[in-house]
Amino acid sequence: MDFTRVWDVLVVGGGNAALCAAITARRLGASVLVAEHAPKPMRGGNSRHTRNLRALHPAPTNVLTESYLEEEYWDDLLRVTGGRTDEALARMTIRASQHAPGFLEECGVVFQPSLSGTLSLSRTNAFFLGGGKALVNALYRTAEALGVEVLYDTEVQHIAVEEGFAKEAIVSWRGFPERIRFRTVVASSGGFQANREWLRRYWGDAADNFQIRGTPYAQGRVLKDLLGQGVQEVGDPTQFHAVANDARAPMEDGGLAMRLDCVPFSVVVNEEVERFYDEGEDVWPKRYAIWGRLIAQQPNQRAFAISDSQALFDYLPSVFPPVFAGSVRELAGKLELDPDKLERVVADYNASVRPGTFNGKALDDCHTEGLTPPKSHWARRIEKPPFHAHPLRPGITFTFLGVKVNDRARVMMADGKPSANMFASGEIMAGNILGQGYLAGFGMAIGTVFGRIAGEEAARAARN
Amino acid sequence: MSQASDGMKLAAYSAGTEAAPRTESTTVAEARRQMEICNACRYCEGYCAVFPAMAMRRAFSEGDLTHLANLCHNCKGCFHSCQYAPPHPFGVNIPATFATIRQESYAEYAVPRAMGRLFERNGTVVAGISALALTLVLLLVVALQDPSVLWSAQTGTGAFFRVIPYTVMVNLASLTFGWAIVAMILSSWRYWRGTAPRSRLPLSGPAVAEATMDVVLLRNLGGGGHGCNDLDDGFAQKRRWLHQAMAGGFLLCFAATSVGTVYHHILGWFSPHPFWSLPVQLGTWGGVLLCIGAAGLLYVKAVTDPAPVARRLLGGEVAMLALLFLIGATGLLLLAVRHTGAMGITLALHLGLVLAFFLVLPYSKMMHAPFRALALLRNAMEKRR
Ligand SMILES: Cc1cc2nc3c(=O)[nH]c(=O)nc-3n(C[C@H](O)[C@H](O)[C@H](O)COP(=O)(O)OP(=O)(O)OC[C@H]3O[C@@H](n4cnc5c(N)ncnc54)[C@H](O)[C@@H]3O)c2cc1C
Ligand code: HEM
Ligand code: SF4
Ligand code: SF4
Repeated sequence: MDFTRVWDVLVVGGGNAALCAAITARRLGASVLVAEHAPKPMRGGNSRHTRNLRALHPAPTNVLTESYLEEEYWDDLLRVTGGRTDEALARMTIRASQHAPGFLEECGVVFQPSLSGTLSLSRTNAFFLGGGKALVNALYRTAEALGVEVLYDTEVQHIAVEEGFAKEAIVSWRGFPERIRFRTVVASSGGFQANREWLRRYWGDAADNFQIRGTPYAQGRVLKDLLGQGVQEVGDPTQFHAVANDARAPMEDGGLAMRLDCVPFSVVVNEEVERFYDEGEDVWPKRYAIWGRLIAQQPNQRAFAISDSQALFDYLPSVFPPVFAGSVRELAGKLELDPDKLERVVADYNASVRPGTFNGKALDDCHTEGLTPPKSHWARRIEKPPFHAHPLRPGITFTFLGVKVNDRARVMMADGKPSANMFASGEIMAGNILGQGYLAGFGMAIGTVFGRIAGEEAARAARN
Repeated sequence: MSQASDGMKLAAYSAGTEAAPRTESTTVAEARRQMEICNACRYCEGYCAVFPAMAMRRAFSEGDLTHLANLCHNCKGCFHSCQYAPPHPFGVNIPATFATIRQESYAEYAVPRAMGRLFERNGTVVAGISALALTLVLLLVVALQDPSVLWSAQTGTGAFFRVIPYTVMVNLASLTFGWAIVAMILSSWRYWRGTAPRSRLPLSGPAVAEATMDVVLLRNLGGGGHGCNDLDDGFAQKRRWLHQAMAGGFLLCFAATSVGTVYHHILGWFSPHPFWSLPVQLGTWGGVLLCIGAAGLLYVKAVTDPAPVARRLLGGEVAMLALLFLIGATGLLLLAVRHTGAMGITLALHLGLVLAFFLVLPYSKMMHAPFRALALLRNAMEKRR
């Protein structure tokens, strides 16, 4: 590796946003170096765990059904963010998302023909055949075939910025300190969700109990470095996206298969054997993202979804089997919960369940009356043994803190001026558009759209 | 970076929810663990028939896993795209695990049962039996005929049978091939019963038609159209075409022999037949395809990414590919030299290799053909349930 060379574009990170930028810049003739902290087998950041991408489309395509237009997409975004978004940037992203699947296909990514089965998202979201790792593999192959240089095991530790101009990067290359010189730099190094020390600042000891769903390399080192050198910040640093994970999942990199979909068909109690939220408030795709935070707020960040044999096949199977028991009392024993209290909670719940017609796939009329918090849908008595439980923990997907960018992916300085040669794409700038909440498939849409823009702008800026 | 989770404590209360029967191999338990991960993940549902078949199940009996393993075409798509593949601690490696289960199923359902042991060191077995069969044929020639036929030119009608007497050739062939067919049918029957689901599935015309097309097109080696991971994480269709060349070539050779038999017994036309005759044409093209396919697959095997490969099985696979290649090559050579002094020895070699193939047929990789065909059929039936 020639560390004396001056690259047109240095891309920091090795996920979807990074590779979209690298490929685009290289196609425009720039010399491109990608610095990825992970070793080759674990490359690709959170992108390697993804499943699909949300794309606008005016008519059915080979991978998307019906149509999904700007206004509906925007309404969906407005709803989940509660207005914490930048309308101009968001609408630009939504419009450009139409071309994201085509761009990725050109880069060798294969999409699944529109789905019938498990996740009924094929109207709004295009699914990667084989998932995000297959996508990442294809992007790396394309990048390398174009002549993009990739360094694995290479952590960018510091980007020296002077008056909005990035001068060089200090890296650890396979354990060796080196410096990389460049004309422009694209920061695509993701969030800081895997950095427990940082999370501790806002969450204290609870942070030790957060499972990191994706890559352990999302340490936010470059994000912190840039924010410390006059780059403007966006997004609430204390907030993250989190789901209900299996408590037995690995603390890092457990990926999507660790999430549990049992909540709407259970009653959920915390360690003190108290229910804390309406499990049946809405259909799961619209609620799964709030449960991570709910559990994070419980004592010891633990919760237990309790149910009986009727519910077992209403949700996707879990990697780790549920805990089974012949009685609620025995179940409490196995979970080390107060048995009297659990029996009482289940009995109170059962007593409040009103008769209805169960339908696991839609908002049905099975609900409770006189219970706080209520269970608004899918409420059936828990009475048919074997009883079972899934232990839950919060699984953190990503953090919302990021660097401010403009619509050309240019990093904005705290004084309001755009940086001369710094660009950003992906998770590290998603907070510009997603101030809170999340829309399934929007992360990859932002990464692809801004990756392409950042790559184009960086290549152009390098030429001048 | 990673910290201790409460996995340990919680593992204690999940343990014992599923008691594994004693006879199960560790590979079966491992395959179950991996399928349970896949069934929660399902990212690979678009690659092949295995994942939709998996999704129809919640629990995986040994029979289910054997069925799914034989349904797997070893395209490796789900390995290269797996976020839980090694070095991830979950260590999901479906192609290697399923290849091992397939091999175990060939052994488990072998007829007679004891012969299942032959799968333990299958490479040595196939190579050893080939050497023995070659020796046997050469000894037979020397014992039954004048040894000089091995190197002197033989021409005219019945030239081949001056090297090996017709009755010996036919008896040896029908005995060994006949047994191979009987053993394969019995094994297949035992396999079908052993992997049967609890509820009976109706056999229907459309199911048979679908399974047949799956075999003819080897659809599941196509990764849904764009190809498989033949060598690495890039997609290609090489193995699919090479296999079909090899299998097609093999069937052409088989047809050549059958037509030759009809000529001999019914039409009274004796070999050697002229170059443009049907049996020679079938045999020639069959031999060429067989050689190209087998050699190509050997090449792919040599250069492919070893991570999703079950290394323990390589011996048996390489030996079988080599045997098929040599059968094709000696057959073509025979055609080239049949009017020269080299005919005798070439014929002896060719027949020795074919004899070896018949002998090892039910105790080799070749069991994949009936088992996979049955797995495809069961899958087509299940889909129509
Ligand atoms: C389990 C899971 C499932 C998801 N599913 C979906 C989905 O289906 N659809 C969707 O749209 N989104 C999904 N997301 C969110 C999605 O992963 C992100 O929005 C998207 O991947 C962000 O891409 P990125 O390239 O910005 O970041 P990442 O893919 O996380 O890439 C960051 C890269 O930067 C590298 N890096 C970090 N620090 C440094 C450093 N200092 N030096 C060098 N390199 C560094 C990392 O190694 C990594 O390669 C999912 C997330 C998770 C965790
Ligand atoms: C029912 C018909 C058949 C089906 C469905 C089938 C399917 C397959 C598949 C999917 C593979 C690759 C995966 C693996 O290694 O197991 C394979 C390998 C193989 N097949 Fe077949 N096959 C059939 C018939 C045949 C026939 C007639 C032959 C004879 C020439 C043959 C010879 C081989 C050999 C030698 C291999 C090993 C290749 C290797 O190891 O690379 N197959 N078959
Ligand atoms: S092979 Fe891996 S990615 Fe594919 S379904 Fe199984 S666990 Fe998921
Ligand atoms: S190796 Fe290929 S055929 Fe086998 S299960 Fe995986 S994707 Fe399916």
